[in-house]
Amino acid sequence: MGTNMNTSVHRTWKKPPFIQSPLLRWGLVVGAAIYIALAFGTMDVNWSRVADGIPRGQRFVSAFFPPDFVSRAGDILDGILESLWITIISTVAGIAISIPVGLGAARNLSPRPVYLASRAVLAISRTFPEIIIALFAVKLFGFGPFAGFIALSIGTLGFYGKLLAEDIEDMDPSQAEAVKATGAGWFQWLNYAVQPQVMPRMIGLGMYRLDINFRESAVVGIVGGGGIGATLLTSFDRYEFDSAAAILLIIIGIVMAVEYSSSYIRKWVQ
Amino acid sequence: MPVAQTGSDRIWKRRDRRTQLTVWAVQLSCLMVFVYCWSLVSDKTIWEFVYDAPHQAGDMASRMVPPAWDYMDQLWVAIWDTINIATLGTMMAVVLAFPIAFLAARNTTPSVVFVRPIALFIIVSSRSINSLLWALMLVTIIGPGVLAGVLAIGFRSIGFCAKLLYEAIEEIDTTQVEAVTATGASGPQVLHYGIVPQILPAFAGISVFRWDINIRESTVLGLVGAGGIGLQLNASINNVAWTQVSLILLVILGTVIVSEWVSAKVRHAII
Repeated sequence: MGTNMNTSVHRTWKKPPFIQSPLLRWGLVVGAAIYIALAFGTMDVNWSRVADGIPRGQRFVSAFFPPDFVSRAGDILDGILESLWITIISTVAGIAISIPVGLGAARNLSPRPVYLASRAVLAISRTFPEIIIALFAVKLFGFGPFAGFIALSIGTLGFYGKLLAEDIEDMDPSQAEAVKATGAGWFQWLNYAVQPQVMPRMIGLGMYRLDINFRESAVVGIVGGGGIGATLLTSFDRYEFDSAAAILLIIIGIVMAVEYSSSYIRKWVQ
Repeated sequence: MPVAQTGSDRIWKRRDRRTQLTVWAVQLSCLMVFVYCWSLVSDKTIWEFVYDAPHQAGDMASRMVPPAWDYMDQLWVAIWDTINIATLGTMMAVVLAFPIAFLAARNTTPSVVFVRPIALFIIVSSRSINSLLWALMLVTIIGPGVLAGVLAIGFRSIGFCAKLLYEAIEEIDTTQVEAVTATGASGPQVLHYGIVPQILPAFAGISVFRWDINIRESTVLGLVGAGGIGLQLNASINNVAWTQVSLILLVILGTVIVSEWVSAKVRHAII
């Protein structure tokens, strides 16, 4: 407790600071101040362009009241459906590839070379943001949902494979040993000892990844990977803010629906 | 325990017939949905491009080596901008998320009926829209540049930080709050002495965690014109300067790894 001792009998309590060391505390404050000054000093902002934007911003905000769902309804529906297809197939395909890789990346399951190779695959697919992978997928596979599918599958592989491997490493070894003691083969062992232990959590994570993939499928379209992102980009380019507002509201609605249903399924499974 | 009876033999089964049939039905319907979605995507795909992709990938890879190291001189400013977008955006977000979290937490909100739903709506809409979409909007409105990037990262992170923070506020130890209240402290004093000290470690942890995510996201904001290294990436790809592209990818890789390391160190020190 920080007490402030005066020469008199007067003692007042002072709240102890969050960071105990005064040197570190003031060092952080001064460092942050210098950094902010430098960052703002070097930031190149075209203020007249920003000022021009204010009425446009007001137009954009007023476009939400009411948004225009109707005049681009066909494009919006196509885009949303395409996003949903991409979400589903990339989640399924991503999980399907990540199962062998995840098994390989579990230290207690696989020999050292396989472990290292699988971990390397996971690390590479995790590092780059999905949108950069999508950019290259569009270059290789051409415009359209297939590129988005590839990008999101790779993203799913990195996410799901790593968590699967960690979950297998954390499993209860005594159950696995018990099944092995019955003379089970490797696949039987996997099916009856490993799988039941990791399944509830993995279904939950699969739902969570479905949720992430929908959010991401809304942006892969910006670089040409299909889905609602392309429709949104077009409506911004044409300054059709009321259609853009409608698309954003639909995205928010679907994200909320997916999030609630996925958390519901996760609770139900666990 | 489910058991199958064949003649006089009793064989252990993992599931009884009813559960097994349900499991198969769920698996079959999932498979059907997958195949249907796949056929729809397949219709929109030009398969000639896909078959040609391995060849293209090899071609692209061969053009990427060696990376154009001397291009690095022009990248330092872009790296600085990228870090600024992430850092200033995170700062903006935590400053705004702090009050919103208090308005959203059930135990500190001034009104559960009026204020809490508004705070929750702000959190949900901020979280649902990807930072790239925020950037797209802001670039259209206030023009391309670093400022649009900072605001995009900020708007996206408000919801994330506020959500984790209000969950932390709802889980605080109420006896401490009661003790402070019993000394006759006013509402703001209870907040200051009873609640804030309890959530500060969580708050610092959340901020650093989000900063790490934001570094990763700010590397791509340039694709829509919102500043940072994504701008260079886009330009180099459009100019088919593949040796520059590979250098930029290496730089992004390095930045992400360093930020992950810093964030892990700081969180380790806090918790």
